[in-house]
Amino acid sequence: MSDAAANEAEFPEPQHRFASLTLVPKADEKLATKDFKSDQEVRWCPGCGDYAILAAFQSFLPELEIPRENLVIVSGIGCSSRLPYYVNSYGMHSIHGRAPAIASGLAASRPDLSVWVITGDGDALSIGGNHLIHALRRNVNIKILLFNNRIYGLTKGQYSPTSEQGKVTKSTPFGSLDTPFNPVSLALGAEASFVARTIDSDRKHLTSVLRAAADHKGTAFVEIYQNCPIFNDDAFLPLTEPGEREQHLIRLEHGEPIRFGADGSKGLRFGRYGGLEAVPVAEADPACLLVHDAHAADPSYAFALSRLDSSDFAHTPLGVFRKAERPSYDELMSAQIDAARQRQGDGDLAELLAGTDTWQVG
Amino acid sequence: MTKQVQQRDRVIIRFAGDSGDGMQLAGDRFTQETASFGNDLSTLPNFPAEIRAPAGTLPGVSSFQLHFADHDILTPGDAPDVLVAMNPAALKANLEDVPRGGDIIANTDEFSKRNLAKVGYAANPLEDGSLEAYQVHAIPITSVTVKALERFDITRKDAERAKNMFALGLLSWLYNRPIEGTMRFLDSKFGAKPEILAANKAAFQAGWNYGETTEAFSVQYEVKPATLAPGTYRNITGNSALALGLVAASRRSGLPLFLGSYPITPASDILHELSRLKRFGVRTMQAEDEISGVGAALGASFGGGLGVTSTSGPGMCLKAETIGLAVSVELPLIVCDIQRAGPSTGMPTKTEQADLLMALFGRNGESPVVVLAPATPADCFETAIEAVRIAVKYRTPVIILSDGYLANGSEPWLIPSVDGLARLRDEFKFASGSATADAAATGGFQPFQRDPQTLARPWAIPGTPGLEHRIGGIEKADGAGTISYDPDNHDRMVRLRQAKIDGIAADVAPLEVDDPDGKARVLVLGWGSTFGSIGAAVRRVRLAGSSVAQAHLRHLSPFPANLADVLHAYDKVLVPEINLGQLALLLRGRYLVDVVSYNRVRGLPFRAAELADVIQDVIVNV
Repeated sequence: MSDAAANEAEFPEPQHRFASLTLVPKADEKLATKDFKSDQEVRWCPGCGDYAILAAFQSFLPELEIPRENLVIVSGIGCSSRLPYYVNSYGMHSIHGRAPAIASGLAASRPDLSVWVITGDGDALSIGGNHLIHALRRNVNIKILLFNNRIYGLTKGQYSPTSEQGKVTKSTPFGSLDTPFNPVSLALGAEASFVARTIDSDRKHLTSVLRAAADHKGTAFVEIYQNCPIFNDDAFLPLTEPGEREQHLIRLEHGEPIRFGADGSKGLRFGRYGGLEAVPVAEADPACLLVHDAHAADPSYAFALSRLDSSDFAHTPLGVFRKAERPSYDELMSAQIDAARQRQGDGDLAELLAGTDTWQVG
Repeated sequence: MTKQVQQRDRVIIRFAGDSGDGMQLAGDRFTQETASFGNDLSTLPNFPAEIRAPAGTLPGVSSFQLHFADHDILTPGDAPDVLVAMNPAALKANLEDVPRGGDIIANTDEFSKRNLAKVGYAANPLEDGSLEAYQVHAIPITSVTVKALERFDITRKDAERAKNMFALGLLSWLYNRPIEGTMRFLDSKFGAKPEILAANKAAFQAGWNYGETTEAFSVQYEVKPATLAPGTYRNITGNSALALGLVAASRRSGLPLFLGSYPITPASDILHELSRLKRFGVRTMQAEDEISGVGAALGASFGGGLGVTSTSGPGMCLKAETIGLAVSVELPLIVCDIQRAGPSTGMPTKTEQADLLMALFGRNGESPVVVLAPATPADCFETAIEAVRIAVKYRTPVIILSDGYLANGSEPWLIPSVDGLARLRDEFKFASGSATADAAATGGFQPFQRDPQTLARPWAIPGTPGLEHRIGGIEKADGAGTISYDPDNHDRMVRLRQAKIDGIAADVAPLEVDDPDGKARVLVLGWGSTFGSIGAAVRRVRLAGSSVAQAHLRHLSPFPANLADVLHAYDKVLVPEINLGQLALLLRGRYLVDVVSYNRVRGLPFRAAELADVIQDVIVNV
């Protein structure tokens, strides 16, 4: 019996399609994409990948089947972080790098909300790196969408923590010196329970990943490759060009054999030192060829997958790398409160103020 | 043997020893005994930031001072009548504070050549006559304790460790303290280890008996209970009072309390205290850093909770940007800054009042916030409730400036009745669906349409249908709250945010002046934890026959509406501060009053005697 079937047997009529929404009320009425559009004029540069992501996000939101007022989008600073203004829900455009912290406080105290964080590579991985890794390990029920364009857009074109080494920008006229982060590797190293990657140009895939993120209770981390046509155009060209992209993209489907290449002739197997290597399926021992398992408790395999992604995009996996079940922080926090109340009763303020050591005067 | 009993109206004792000698515990227990006896009291724990500084050294000395009296007192006292010195370092570090004729109880076992040399004593001061002016009680506390515990099956180390109980027992005898509380305390602390429990009780008893039976002490003292206002009392530290005030405010407002905090001395006890109170629905998150702590608190406030963060100076620096965001999005937020000596790491366990200007101005842009300061440990409770009242009513961050002295110091607290606490739920209302109808009429919900009275914007929390809106740190159009770069709109919003804070002055208690004979020409004006020192100094000056007025500010931003009148009613205003004159700068700038500033920044509270001299000087020269 599959997991899904087992769940169905236990909960014949699940209230929600998505696991992250169990404590969120269900919408009375069916909502449409237009219900999630705000009256604000969208002001990204023409051709920006953010438009495609916003459109996919807005058309996905009705699938949550929750009231608009129970959706909250929190962002940091940067081009992507303007997104909350364009979605007709509750939202906060906060300060640089701090969205995961603000969203954590909100989600931990309001389990009846669906809380999404919109961030970018500079926002999440540079100035806000600390909050990101701790949000991931803490596993608060928030969904983090990281728009990775490998450049600082809003400040007009400095290199970012995901820019390839040697990147020539205004602030690095002789080339950048530092090694970039691989956001998926970083998230996995930070004990993330859900890690996925998708790309702005593939709406269908993007939407499927949003669905998977919504279906995860705890922190979901989604890296979205996003093209910046002004300061880093065609950064992901090898992954978008018809004809070429098939050579590079590895689409991950849980439970399916990993196949890629133009005719699906390649597969993956573990190499000598724990890394993965691409091999022609026809020449490989079938027992060694990997079947994707996003639910593996040990993140080592997912990490190995994330290391396939080099700066020349030789092999770039897209999809859900990891989806591990772990109680969410807000859930555990509520449980501690419930347990304390069961054990000690609801707090009595007069008793608390009096303490244990008192004396009388008069 | 019956000993002579002498009456004292007040006594100051100081326990001093190595960081590992258990002096804070001994002091704390003596305080509880004294509190339950009914004396008024005030305490000053003073300890190094290092957990275990090298044994026997001056930096490793930890002390606990307690002032108790048969009347209402205001400070932990200047000079100890009795110093317990558990080693040469403790003697050396504290001797200059002991007045001639004072009692010194020294643990001779620790006065070895090596320990004496460690702190630079060429000869043993207990033997070389240098302490002739004092009443020295040289007692081999360690070996007497170990001998008294021979019959117990415990290690020598555990036996030695009980020497603080011996010292406590001796002092408890000397001042005739009730001991039941300490026995109960030991029961609960060592209940799981019966041998250790029995040994500690025996050590305490040995100390008591030592005083009663040996010739070392010829007199026992009695300090009668103080005549405090009738009611039920407990002893409380500032950090505990602050935590309880926040919980009380949460209950009285109906807002669930959320604390986001990062451990930092001397604020951590607020996190510890609140973490235990889950049965009150309190959520605490130990954040990855100071920024996350305040961010999470602001997130909780956005969600309709009571968002609180607690920290000390260095953490305030890191929280500044988020406090600015709270100013911009106009949400309630409570920021507890337990000030310590700075700049930078400074002296983490020592007190200071030097964060005032940072609290008022330490953010980019015109960023007005409300700033309050408690005056005493127990006053932290009321200050917390007042902070929450203002924060939720005006949707503004409120900074509470406590400090290390208030945080760890303690005093008796008349436990308030819950029904008598402010009903905070009457102070605010979440925006609700009824606003939707108005919104439809005016073309959408206006998240920055202000209440004409308070100038507060609606607190529209997620989950409220029809009020979906976006807020952020970018300048907002007056009313609509949408992004606006319009120059005149920005000017208007800057002024509105300031006007909202300024307007709170009309909603806070006027500054009260204590000027009993109405003849004073000099006003002493303080704020925060100097209340006790200033009050004690003012009493001395009045006892000496001079007239002086005293006033103490709880509200530092905005100032009470009558402050200008108060300042102008006196020929001279003296402002003592444990900084280089921060309140004085504000008063000069705002009110054009040439105040006299008195400043000492030693990491310790002012001494009453020192302030009394300063006040006399100002009176003479006026």
